[in-house]
Amino acid sequence: MSDRTSQNAPGTGGEQQPLLRIRDLEVGFQTTDGIVPAVRGVDLTLMPGQTLAIVGESGSGKSTTAHAIINLLPGPGRITGGSIEFDGKELTKYSEREMEDIRGKLIGFVPQDPMSNLNPVWSIGFQVEETIRANGIATGRKDVRAHAIQVLREAGLQDADKRLKQFPHQFSGGMRQRVLIGIGLSSRPKLLIADEPTSALDVTVQRRILDHLETLTRDIGTAVLFITHDLGLAAERAEQLVVMYKGKIVEAGPSKEILQNPIHPYTQRLVAAAPSLASRRIQSATHESASHALSDLDYAPTQVTEGLDLIAAAEERLEHTSRTKRPDAIVVKDLTKVYKIRGQGKGASGELIASDKVNFTVEKGTTTALVGESGSGKSTVAKMILRLEDPTSGSILIDGQDVAPLKGKGLLDLRRRMQPVFQDPYGSLDPLRNIGNTIGEPLHTHNVGDRASRKARVLELLDQVALPQTLITRYPNELSGGQRQRVAIARALALKPDIVVLDEAVSALDVLVQAQILKLLADLQAELELTYLFITHDLAVVRVIADNVCVMQKGRIVEAASTDQVFDNPQEQYTKELLNAIPGAGIALGV
Amino acid sequence: MAGYIFRRILQAIPVLLGTTFLIYFMVFAMPGDPLLALFGDKTPNPALLERLRQEYHLDQPFIVQYFLYLGGIFRGDFGTSFSGEPVSAILARTFPVTIRLAIMALFIEFVGGVIIGLVSGLRKGKLFDASALVISLIFISLPIFVIAFVAQFIFGIQLGWARTTVSTGAPIQDLILPAFVLASITFAQIVRLTRSSVIETQSLDFVRTAYSKGLSRRRIIPVHILRNSLIPVVTYAATDFGVLLVGATVTEGIFNVPGVGRTLYQAIIRGEGPTVVSFVTVMVLIYLVVNLVVDLLYGLLDPRIRYVK
Repeated sequence: MSDRTSQNAPGTGGEQQPLLRIRDLEVGFQTTDGIVPAVRGVDLTLMPGQTLAIVGESGSGKSTTAHAIINLLPGPGRITGGSIEFDGKELTKYSEREMEDIRGKLIGFVPQDPMSNLNPVWSIGFQVEETIRANGIATGRKDVRAHAIQVLREAGLQDADKRLKQFPHQFSGGMRQRVLIGIGLSSRPKLLIADEPTSALDVTVQRRILDHLETLTRDIGTAVLFITHDLGLAAERAEQLVVMYKGKIVEAGPSKEILQNPIHPYTQRLVAAAPSLASRRIQSATHESASHALSDLDYAPTQVTEGLDLIAAAEERLEHTSRTKRPDAIVVKDLTKVYKIRGQGKGASGELIASDKVNFTVEKGTTTALVGESGSGKSTVAKMILRLEDPTSGSILIDGQDVAPLKGKGLLDLRRRMQPVFQDPYGSLDPLRNIGNTIGEPLHTHNVGDRASRKARVLELLDQVALPQTLITRYPNELSGGQRQRVAIARALALKPDIVVLDEAVSALDVLVQAQILKLLADLQAELELTYLFITHDLAVVRVIADNVCVMQKGRIVEAASTDQVFDNPQEQYTKELLNAIPGAGIALGV
Repeated sequence: MAGYIFRRILQAIPVLLGTTFLIYFMVFAMPGDPLLALFGDKTPNPALLERLRQEYHLDQPFIVQYFLYLGGIFRGDFGTSFSGEPVSAILARTFPVTIRLAIMALFIEFVGGVIIGLVSGLRKGKLFDASALVISLIFISLPIFVIAFVAQFIFGIQLGWARTTVSTGAPIQDLILPAFVLASITFAQIVRLTRSSVIETQSLDFVRTAYSKGLSRRRIIPVHILRNSLIPVVTYAATDFGVLLVGATVTEGIFNVPGVGRTLYQAIIRGEGPTVVSFVTVMVLIYLVVNLVVDLLYGLLDPRIRYVK
């Protein structure tokens, strides 16, 4: 742990009592093999009205720490040591009954995923009203209802009175998160725990909601404990930062200080790898010597300042794009897709234009990113290029050949040259097939080689994606998220395709793993002359991987230019909004 | 909503026509002459036979017989049984008894099964849960007639708590024991379904959020856990109503209940077309109505379905 921990809150007056003081907190999960520790000796102090962020990758114990405070650890989780002092009261000694009075009333909680955190069978109004009633904020039907409307209005739902009777599935993700924020703040708690409150949302929605949350908590005077995996976001939203790794705090202190001068090697790597920050740094072009590929998944404390590889990757890219014009690998002309939708009203039906006269070209051996929020039509375009959906009109040329009339063998040949990698590394691998079979399946489908040569190819592919050959007999559930995504990439490369369509291929991964995969993709492109179509909602990632960017909004391409042009000189208002929404964009870095 | 119900009723018409036709055809295709069988070993008077044949339209081709029968139904005439009693009278006598029995059984299995399943699910891995699982496994493995005879012996003969056979009017107190026996077939399934559903719901995010809102466990269990867990259970229990009607045939036989099961069985043996078809038609009708009610109930329990249609 760094020295800075002790001077946790230097600015606040010495007299003031901390709102939350955690000392030596230990949390373990009971398993058949004994207790597995998840949080190991965490200390942190939060003053009233302050905002503190806990940053770390999944499995670092950040959410477990948050859940331990309000005693909502999942199933076998237990606090095994240490103390949690809230407002002078020792929470670890509280009974379940006593905790009920703390939860909701004094400590509000905003959960991570707005889709799964509202009960689908009760109306929004019901779920807000029961909170108000349980915490004794108001009694009597009319009072409770009036209060519920007020709470939702504050959270940014203007037509709250009309929407009270609606159900969660009639709300968008952003709206649901507003409802959850409203619920969390409904009793004016002294502390709000926000557990990755916007990770499931688009960047622009994220920004609006966090701005709103900030205003609300400042007005009420609520202290916020903010849990996030995004260092940029944390630094932007909190005065104090706590970095967790494998259940321990590795660094703590004022946000800007940590970002500009990270002391612990893990923090340094986190700062270097965060795409939201890296993309800025590339711009300032003040980078030190580029380093080699990240070799292992864990950080090794001896390797200091490694991980500037993203910048290196971006640099290589610059050189490589400055070469002469190449032939076009993908040409998309006036691509349109119209879905018929059934309306809400009686017999009403309408049309949804998912893709509206989309035009773009991808040169061979380059990367083009399709960027946009969810619902912008970027995935629809990808599906049509892969021939998983048929376009309503327009054409797609792959290496100059129109793909629309292809059938049977012709289509099979096309698919051989063009392979997809999807977002969810947990969902896109068959849990009942081992890794060798998974990677070798395309070879089998396309009847390439015999048994022995297929196996040799699988081993070669494992090498290419930097996975140990011993994984060949393992199953997906034994692998980490990053390893699974490598397997998915290896499978896509099995047939030696020319084009790889990456649909949000790194969006579900932790930052460090994300950086490794991006580096891998860049290396593979240089080595195999691959053409990438990169679909993402995250502009920060685009900076390090793409040569050209097409920004999509409501089915249309609103801006298309080279990556540098888009970042340095965005033309469209919408692109500017997207760029501004990159968390931590405004923070100057000392690295 | 009204439009939806109307559409569902329209859909029921072809189903009813199809089933009556199939059943009528199957009864017609059964080997042997039903009238000759009626006379047993005696040689019937040819003139009488001829008169009966005409009366029951047995001299007509199949399709004519079917349409004559169908036409009768629209006039409220379900035909006449071989004993000379109008089929509608038999229906009116037997169906209320069986429906009463089935509803009692449904009530017992649903209330009992949900309560035990809920407690089991909330105390997963504890003694109560383990015993409930073992006992439900025993019920699943035993055929209904074994359970019926054992129950009859213990409660009817040894303890004398209930009558071993049901008296003519089939009063409710007489039906309690047969209802429990009938419920036992699917009771165990309801326990297990509720249990696994409760365990699943309990670990969902919105339950944790409910706790974080400051709600008490006493409120969360019925409002957020039980209601969500009931959705699959209700669907199962309601489609189960059909199983109960069928299961009633065995139970009614053992407890001598004057219900549908016994009467239908005898009618099938005698090849009485109109009686069999009328019984089955009413059963199909009940089944369709129950299904419609389930679908409406489902929408009531789960708003996501209510608004899609």
